[in-house]
Amino acid sequence: MIALLRRDLRLAVRAGGGFGLGVAFFLILCALVPFGVGPDTAALQPIAAGILWLGALLACLLSLDRIFALDHEDGSLDLLATSPLPLEGAVAVKALAHWITTGLPLIIAAPLFGILLHLPGAAIPALLVSLLLGTPALSMLGAFGAAVTVGLRRGGLLLSLLVLPLYIPTLIFGTEMIRRGQEGGDMAAPILFLAGITAGVLAVIPFAAAAALRVNLR
Amino acid sequence: MSIWEYANPVKFMRTSGAVLPWVVAGAVVCTVTGLVWGFLTPEDYRQGSTVKIVFLHVPAAMMAINIWVMMLVASLIWLIRRHHVSALAAKAAAPIGAVMTVIGLITGAVWGQPMWGTWWEWDPRLTSFLILLLFYIGYIALWSAVEDPDSAADLTGVLCLVGSVFALLSRYAVFFWNQGLHQGASLSVQSGERMSAVYRYPLYLTMLGFGLLFLSLMLVRTRTEIRRRRLAALQAREMRA
Amino acid sequence: MSLLAVHDLAVARGGLRTVEGVSFTLDAGQALILRGPNGIGKTTLLRTVAGLQPPVTGRIEMPDDAVAYAAHADGLKGALSVTENLVFWAQVFGGGDVSAALAAMDLAALADRPAAALSAGQKRRLGLARLLVSRRPLWVLDEPTVSLDAASVARFADMVRGHLAQGGAALIATHIDLGLDARVLDLTPFRARADSVVRPAGFNEAFA
Repeated sequence: MIALLRRDLRLAVRAGGGFGLGVAFFLILCALVPFGVGPDTAALQPIAAGILWLGALLACLLSLDRIFALDHEDGSLDLLATSPLPLEGAVAVKALAHWITTGLPLIIAAPLFGILLHLPGAAIPALLVSLLLGTPALSMLGAFGAAVTVGLRRGGLLLSLLVLPLYIPTLIFGTEMIRRGQEGGDMAAPILFLAGITAGVLAVIPFAAAAALRVNLR
Repeated sequence: MSIWEYANPVKFMRTSGAVLPWVVAGAVVCTVTGLVWGFLTPEDYRQGSTVKIVFLHVPAAMMAINIWVMMLVASLIWLIRRHHVSALAAKAAAPIGAVMTVIGLITGAVWGQPMWGTWWEWDPRLTSFLILLLFYIGYIALWSAVEDPDSAADLTGVLCLVGSVFALLSRYAVFFWNQGLHQGASLSVQSGERMSAVYRYPLYLTMLGFGLLFLSLMLVRTRTEIRRRRLAALQAREMRA
Repeated sequence: MSLLAVHDLAVARGGLRTVEGVSFTLDAGQALILRGPNGIGKTTLLRTVAGLQPPVTGRIEMPDDAVAYAAHADGLKGALSVTENLVFWAQVFGGGDVSAALAAMDLAALADRPAAALSAGQKRRLGLARLLVSRRPLWVLDEPTVSLDAASVARFADMVRGHLAQGGAALIATHIDLGLDARVLDLTPFRARADSVVRPAGFNEAFA
């Protein structure tokens, strides 16, 4: 499993864009928003939390189809399925690799982009914690969507159609948490919900994704 | 005699063919009678004539949820017992459910305009239905994207399972996100302010009518799907011979 | 000792049976060559034996984790070097000696090249070297000699012979004469008959 994680990370670094592309997309999005809604703090501040989460969500979506598609094309997926590695484990590792290459850089960059969008300093810790708790679920649900659509033509569009509705609860609790952090409210409830969703997703979704992969391989 | 015998396509075709005319007749009678009866009810003292949209809105919304539940059960039966008719029934039900959701949303908007002064409000119930529609669309799109019918049934089955959990989760998340102005459920929950019998009985009738309407549409569509599969098998055999 | 026993196997592709009634056994040290016209279901049969898809009917008996499968795609990453590719699969399969495998397929000189820079034949050789590091007894190979030159085919045949001598077995679909001391199974007589009503491949054929 470690070998698979190392290989995926190495590929992400070498193939270029693995680490950088998601963050660059995130940056562009945050740079475009003020052009759309105007540069006033009054206009930006209330929507900053939402924009940051939406940006993270879309940046994450961008690289989802690569989780399994490349391995499917070059036959690695067949070989992984016949290897001693359980397919559920392979799914979990690949989702982890996706999180490290897209989720983690986003979290690191998010405070910077928060400043661009006039997010008050008090909300930055909430932003970080919410992304840290929420993005693993995004990667894992994305891996599920990628597993379902792996062999399909037009898979990319379908992938977003299938995955984005699954992101709704995470998005709701993530932004709610930042909003409460901004207003100095009680953050316990959204933190618990967010952590609960992520924990449940990490525990159950690998099995669903592996089942979908097996169907797509036959 | 077990219920699983109806999972045999031949048996299903015979039985559903015999039952179908009666179900269609029942659906027409109940829906038409219920709607006409509903149209002739007196105007509500608060809501005026707009109240009458309830006879479309409530049954459609009810069916939108029930059809998803039916799809979930059918998907589970397919995944566990591998009965093809079950998978095809789920496939057949999905577009009906999507249309019911759209009817619920549109009639809700038409009702909401005079009542709340806006066509659309990000109210938890409305939002939940919009999310439900997204799940329906994803499910239908996946069915049409996968070529091999058994793989399609498997993948949509898994999607339906995961989707059900997240649809439910989204519903509660949405309540957390925004408290609404939609009234509570039209029946049962309103113990304090029960809907008067004048409206209630025609409503029951239209609900029954919509249920039968769904049943007849689903039977027709399932029969079509079975015939389509049969046709594909015959063509493949022709090519091989 | 029997490494693979197939009893009355029927496989399907796209909901239709391709071959049916296939039975054979493969003991340690034996190789079996599958032949048959295009579309008869050689690939489907091999994928079924490899466990990538379920059989329609019949049984496949073999020890756990016995199969090393190699098909048209080699599972190589262009961005990784030849050695890195092989080391990865060796780690995943818990196995074998990478440098010996490289030497066996004459890849030692290319060890540090990125796989993307290899020619089609060299990639194929790397894909076949993977079989050695997987340390699995039963090789299931689908057209292994595609894009190999004559020298490489001979090298590959030597590799298979060595594998058989060490108590392995190989099930190979190929049209080339590898010069192996192997039985040949022609699948043509096992082509699924059109009147499979009594033996449905599933729903499609069940009631047509």
